[in-house]
Amino acid sequence: MKPFGNRREQLIYYTICSGAVFVALTLVAIVAFVAIKGVGCISWEFLTEIPSRMGKEGGISSAIVGTLYLTLVALVLSVPLGVGAAVYLTEYQPRVSRFTRLVELSAEALAGIPSIVFGLFGFVFFVIFLGWGWSVLSGGLTLALMILPTIMRTSQEAITAVPVEFRENSLALGATKWQTTSKIVIPSALPGIITGVILSIGRSVGETAAVLLTAGSALGMPVLPTDPARSMAVHLYFLASEGISMERAYGTALLLIIMILIINYLANLSLRRFSYRLKG
Amino acid sequence: MNSAAIMVRGLNVFYQQYQALHHIDIDIESNKVTALIGPSGCGKSTFLRSLNRLNELIEGTRTEGQVVIDGVDIYAEDTDVVKLRKQVGIVFQKPSAFPMSIYDNVAYGPRIHGVNKRMVLDEIVEKSLKQANLWEEVKDRLHASALRLSGGQQQRLVIARVLSVNPAIILMDEPASALDPISASKLEDLIAELKTTYTIVIVTHNMQQAARVSDATAFFLNGHLIEYQPTEKLFVHPRDKRTEDYITGRFG
Ligand SMILES: Nc1ncnc2c1ncn2[C@@H]1O[C@H](COP(=O)(O)OP(=O)(O)OP(=O)(O)O)[C@@H](O)[C@H]1O
Ligand SMILES: [Mg+2]
Repeated sequence: MKPFGNRREQLIYYTICSGAVFVALTLVAIVAFVAIKGVGCISWEFLTEIPSRMGKEGGISSAIVGTLYLTLVALVLSVPLGVGAAVYLTEYQPRVSRFTRLVELSAEALAGIPSIVFGLFGFVFFVIFLGWGWSVLSGGLTLALMILPTIMRTSQEAITAVPVEFRENSLALGATKWQTTSKIVIPSALPGIITGVILSIGRSVGETAAVLLTAGSALGMPVLPTDPARSMAVHLYFLASEGISMERAYGTALLLIIMILIINYLANLSLRRFSYRLKG
Repeated sequence: MNSAAIMVRGLNVFYQQYQALHHIDIDIESNKVTALIGPSGCGKSTFLRSLNRLNELIEGTRTEGQVVIDGVDIYAEDTDVVKLRKQVGIVFQKPSAFPMSIYDNVAYGPRIHGVNKRMVLDEIVEKSLKQANLWEEVKDRLHASALRLSGGQQQRLVIARVLSVNPAIILMDEPASALDPISASKLEDLIAELKTTYTIVIVTHNMQQAARVSDATAFFLNGHLIEYQPTEKLFVHPRDKRTEDYITGRFG
């Protein structure tokens, strides 16, 4: 059997195929490059000690904790708010509603704003005006604002995609609106919602400028939400841009990649567990 | 007249500007099976859905007139819709299992109405599935996803789900459309059995089925109720020419 009808088909096939190969190769190349350059400096000390002499020595434990801490604060705030807003707009507002349209447009506009602008706002509002200083709280809230539109829009799409029949069947059994929403609609939309959350985690973990402006760049271990913190991305930025240690910059980058891979893996795993329970 | 489970007076239903039902008057008797017949698009589903206020879930619908169940107008302002829908269950034209296990599908209704004891739930699930003729096929995989069931099995699952909340009135919109002849005839047996305790309104395109299972039959055409009679009468001596044409297959 001939795989292609004619030369034209063949040409198209190889063109699009080379696109896919290019994407895969780029990814492998970058990861391999970072891994080769960075693996040498990864050690127990690198993982568990806080940086000393601006990062020339010691480890990056405080930056790892700082990254997770900031991301956690961002999610704790933005997930309930974003999903809540999405549920409200899709389930409790008429299908064609000015209010919904207005919120959607704002969310889209917000999603398009460069992160440094969020950073500037966070700096002026949380750090200076509210007087929270450079802190996990200021940084986390800034990140929350930054990812909120994404979480809301992806949740909205996921919830809208839940078949109307599910709602009708539930209501017809005598379920209340809220029972229907919480027991049928949200669980059915969860895979889509989680996908949005994963995207947002990626953005928070990788964000540099906005975090630098709002959480600061202190090297110490952040404990309280009011403590300043340095994220791995910020640490990496200093290590590289100030020529402190390229090797350690690669090491930090490698850990950053690994952290994102682990987060994605865990999220996918829980997603699959969950949708297995749903769909068998 | 006083055995009427559902009394409908002057019912008009509109989708936006389109009037799908015109001034329907009908008394549906309790513990009987009432069949609704008529060509596609004549308003059978719309009528059925107006009996437990499901049309209002679709934006832009408007309902006028009275539907009296148990002595109260269900369209009155102070009606508890949740209670109404528990009392009047519906099997939709298109079966739709929830994306959860077979067990959870059937237990969903009882659970939302406050039944939490595992033993009680187990009992309800088994009883409902048995009534719906599905138990034997699924008893070994109650915790597998319901979405894996075939179309006909899903239809019976949906029937079990409705039975699980123990409604007084059951509305069925072509419940046999995805069933093989054996399951369909079992469903007819089930309906005969259920009518001792429930009032049943069933939409069907199958004249033989209507003739077999129902006590009374209503013929709809273009949103009007044309004729409503005891089933034998309607099928043997239809009063209206249009009814006769329809049941003899001359149109529709
Ligand atoms: N959601 C809706 N919006 C607008 N018009 C509708 C809607 N649902 C039904 N209709 C219209 O109302 C009329 C009656 O529809 P209905 O579904 O009640 O018919 P039916 O008798 O159940 O038909 P079938 O036998 O094909 O199921 C049809 O003309 C249909 O196009
Ligand atoms: Mg119909």
